[in-house]
Amino acid sequence: MIHIKRLQEDGADVMALVGEIDASSSIDLDLAIAKSVGEGFTKLLIDCSALEYISSAGLGVFMSYIEEFREKSIQMVLFGMNEKVANTFQILGLNELLKIAADKAEAKKMLA
Amino acid sequence: MRTKALTRLLFTLAVFTWLALVFTDLSILFSTSNGLKPEVATWLPRLILNIYIVILFYYYKFKIERDESLNFIDLLWRVFATGLISTVISLLLRLVETLLGGTKLTSHFLYIEFTYLINLGLMVSVLLCAFMAWKRLILYQKSKWLIRLWTFFEAGMILSLLYNSLSYPFVQQYYEYVLGLFVFVGLVLSGNMKWVAYLNFRQKWTGLLLLLLTIFYLFYIFITSGSLVPEDLLVSQRVIDHSVHIFILSLMIFVSMYSIFSFLVILFNLPTTSVFEQKLEEVVNFQRISQSIQTEQNEESVYNILLETSVSTVFADAAWLEINGSKESHRLYTYEISEKEARDIIDHLAKQQVRGLLDQNQDKTRNLSKHLSSLRGSRFRSILAYPIYVKGDNIGTLALLKELPEGFNKEMNKIVSTFANQAGISIENFRLMEEALQNERYKEELKIAKTVQKSLLPQQLEFDDHFDLVAFSESADEVGGDYYDSLRINEHQTALIIADVSGKGTTAAFHMSQMKGIFHSLAQGCTSPEDFMFRANQALIRCLERGSFISAIFFVIDTETKKVKYARAGHCPVLYYNSLTDKADYFKDKGVALGMVRNKSYKEFIQQNEFTYAPNDVMVLYTDGITEAKSVKGEQFGDDRLNQVLCEVKTLSPEQIQEHLINRLYAFSGTDNIDDDYTTMIVKFKERT
Repeated sequence: MIHIKRLQEDGADVMALVGEIDASSSIDLDLAIAKSVGEGFTKLLIDCSALEYISSAGLGVFMSYIEEFREKSIQMVLFGMNEKVANTFQILGLNELLKIAADKAEAKKMLA
Repeated sequence: MRTKALTRLLFTLAVFTWLALVFTDLSILFSTSNGLKPEVATWLPRLILNIYIVILFYYYKFKIERDESLNFIDLLWRVFATGLISTVISLLLRLVETLLGGTKLTSHFLYIEFTYLINLGLMVSVLLCAFMAWKRLILYQKSKWLIRLWTFFEAGMILSLLYNSLSYPFVQQYYEYVLGLFVFVGLVLSGNMKWVAYLNFRQKWTGLLLLLLTIFYLFYIFITSGSLVPEDLLVSQRVIDHSVHIFILSLMIFVSMYSIFSFLVILFNLPTTSVFEQKLEEVVNFQRISQSIQTEQNEESVYNILLETSVSTVFADAAWLEINGSKESHRLYTYEISEKEARDIIDHLAKQQVRGLLDQNQDKTRNLSKHLSSLRGSRFRSILAYPIYVKGDNIGTLALLKELPEGFNKEMNKIVSTFANQAGISIENFRLMEEALQNERYKEELKIAKTVQKSLLPQQLEFDDHFDLVAFSESADEVGGDYYDSLRINEHQTALIIADVSGKGTTAAFHMSQMKGIFHSLAQGCTSPEDFMFRANQALIRCLERGSFISAIFFVIDTETKKVKYARAGHCPVLYYNSLTDKADYFKDKGVALGMVRNKSYKEFIQQNEFTYAPNDVMVLYTDGITEAKSVKGEQFGDDRLNQVLCEVKTLSPEQIQEHLINRLYAFSGTDNIDDDYTTMIVKFKERT
């Protein structure tokens, strides 16, 4: 189960993921990101501090937006991951493809 | 067949008994009139008559009471037909009498007695036939009490035969009381007319006609039996007189009474027949709605049946059924009303602040007629609307219209609301059934996927003098896409792969088969693992959908140089036990999974690594199903535990290491039902012998 809270800060859409993302809840994540993009946000901050687990399907969601974001020059930064979640990103090599920050302040800086 | 033979036998017996009756009766009459002492006892004809009655009684019991195929009208018809035959015979006798005029024969007392006996025989036959038919009618809806009363009545009548046969003088004085009792019981029994309600309009008319004719015949009996034998003629000598025969008399009274009652009840029931038929139709309609789910193939037919039955039940002039939903699934079924007209009314009601057609917080059913009156140009003056709920969701609205004001009464309201509820249940059942079917199909698909996945894994791995290689894979109920394989490149080189396809089910099995194809076609010709990964990525991005990826590690073991080259594409890092340092560690390297970077820049995200192996080194390859396996407490198996498990058995053979690892894994998760695939491949390098 995943709970996604959205709020806007300095023109960026901050999306807080609370819970676990598995195959079924990854659809919610996909919808939330698509909605944000549809609303015209070009800066996305994903708060992963309350994310306990992410499955490959969940990672697939982030992955699937990489190219689209590059084309539309939309910036997305993930931040606040716990060690386990960070490890999952790292194993798959997604840390090379996505912008990952330690905390919100750093993430905002990366948005530049 | 047995009953048929029995009825025939009884009929023949009856005829013979009657003949015996005629013979004895006439011989007695003849003897006495000639002043001779009769050769047969005078009580004999009476006894024979009673035997005749009993035989006929059982004849009709088998013929009418036991015949289940007879319906109400058939019963009435039987009585009528028997009556008709008797009347015709009786009238024919009269005709003969008149034709012969005042000849000696017709006025001869023996002839008179003979015709009397014919008439008596026929009359008894008709009465018993009617008695049995009426019994079926009376006992159509029986209660314990009714059956007891009837048994008493029937048994009493039979007993009265005994009384008549013997005619003890000391009971003679109770004659009126006995008769009175039978008449009274017969009267009480005649109150049971429930069968009339089950006749439809047509049947009632037929019933009336048949009963009327039967009553005419009975009336005819009354008249003729009285005037059959002139009072003055040999009355004193008569051996048989039905007018003092309790059985025949009470039978006659009972049969006539019930005939007249039935006639009157049917007559007075005629005007209300339509109401009863209506009720019956409602029940049938209700059944249709509830059964429609078994016979109909789609929801649409349920909607159509609901519309049709509701309209016919309340005599609505028009109706519509609106099914809510998104644009395509939003539908409007109409009856005797154009879609535009219906839309006008819906829009008008919406404008009148009637939220939707129905406000869910209000009563379930609403009479919206008052809102309708303000709509100009509409021919309708009454409207009733019903919501249809499926699992608590309002999926649609049924609206019924009438041109008359105040056209719907409470009863109609209730019935159609029941229909609407039932339709909701039917649709819900229908959807559940669809879902179950879908699940079944999905399960079947999974089974196929699982078989495919199993068949994609190699039956046998490559072997070499320089290393031992074992692998294990156990898939969860839900098919995953774990893959491992090995391939000999040349005398010194062997390629290994372990991969994990993202996602589950058929697609995962499908991607896994693609991975297998890529491995087998590219492993031979690639110059390096890095090259392999690059080309595999190029091939995969064409067929992997957005969001899907494959993690893999590809190795080339060279036994000549004792070196292993490998590239990791997002797969779980290699766990390696170094026998020289006596330590196990995870390789730290970089690499992005296959399918994530969808262009040639992937080259930058993949890294080739190399190490030299020594004998007794152990390399453990695995998928994330193992490190992410959870204990009952929710704790993960994890990298550290895996490392520790390896260290416990590092000196053993790869088979033993694998067995130990699997045992530990199952012990940790505490269940045999794993939620992800467990796959390992273990390589142990050895001293060349």
